[in-house]
Amino acid sequence: MKQADFLKVVLPFKDKVFRLAKRLLISKEEAEDATQELFFKLWKNKEKIVNYKNVEAFAITMTKNYCYDRLKSKQANNLTLTHSNYKEKETSLDKKIEYLDSVNLVHQLIESLPEQQKTIIQLRDVELYSFDEICEVVNMKPTAVRVALSRARKTIKVGLTKKHDYGVN
Amino acid sequence: MELTNIEILIKKYEDAQTSLQEEQVLKEYFTGKNVAPHLQEYTHIFIYLKQQKEVVYTRNINVTSSKKKNYRWLYVAATVVVLLSVFVGKNKYDDHQQRQEANRIFTEVTKSLKLLSTNLKKGENAIATLSTYESSVAKILK
Repeated sequence: MKQADFLKVVLPFKDKVFRLAKRLLISKEEAEDATQELFFKLWKNKEKIVNYKNVEAFAITMTKNYCYDRLKSKQANNLTLTHSNYKEKETSLDKKIEYLDSVNLVHQLIESLPEQQKTIIQLRDVELYSFDEICEVVNMKPTAVRVALSRARKTIKVGLTKKHDYGVN
Repeated sequence: MELTNIEILIKKYEDAQTSLQEEQVLKEYFTGKNVAPHLQEYTHIFIYLKQQKEVVYTRNINVTSSKKKNYRWLYVAATVVVLLSVFVGKNKYDDHQQRQEANRIFTEVTKSLKLLSTNLKKGENAIATLSTYESSVAKILK
């Protein structure tokens, strides 16, 4: 497999890998490093990749595992990175401030979810994966995935309602 | 899309029972203009999710010149250097050992030769004394 062929296979999902890494690792720089590292790992396994039916699912699973490992070692080092370079786009000016605030809040609410729920909500609601694909990546039963997803969605909803009703986080 | 329908879908969405198609319907409704006031909260969620899809990886994918690979070459170079220095060092050391050995043998030989020469001298003196004695005896006997 040449580099050009390899890139043809991996380019379609490079952003998905990056987004999942960013969702889990939070920092943009770390997510970029992780993505680079993952593609390097994939390149090293390029002979094996050919045999996989679904390279994307394989790559996403690798990403998930890699990020979980990173988080674990970070916890061991007592280090937590929390800066979110969030940028608002294409919102009408009159509601912009309010939106910025609430949309940011959604970001924070998702950030505070457990890793597993973060992964699932990222794959389902951002990347639009089917439940079968998600099961494969997180190695869980479909019912368990649904329960986790439902919990995550409700947590976000409740957090937003609270903010709306009482004006507190 | 009717409001009741959306409400049903939202309920299903929260229980994670919606299909991808139904979620698409919700996404379109909530990122649109006419959202019912009591469902306003959801707009934030769907707008956020939509925006997240636009996050892209901006660096180039570079698999040939990764940091790790450079390190690997460093390992090879370091190994070569170590082996070479060990080899050269061993040669030098052997040379040094040989020279020392030669020096030691040389001093020993010199020492024994000196000893031999002193002893020979002693013998010479004795013979000289003897010959003096012999000549005096011959004189007397004459």
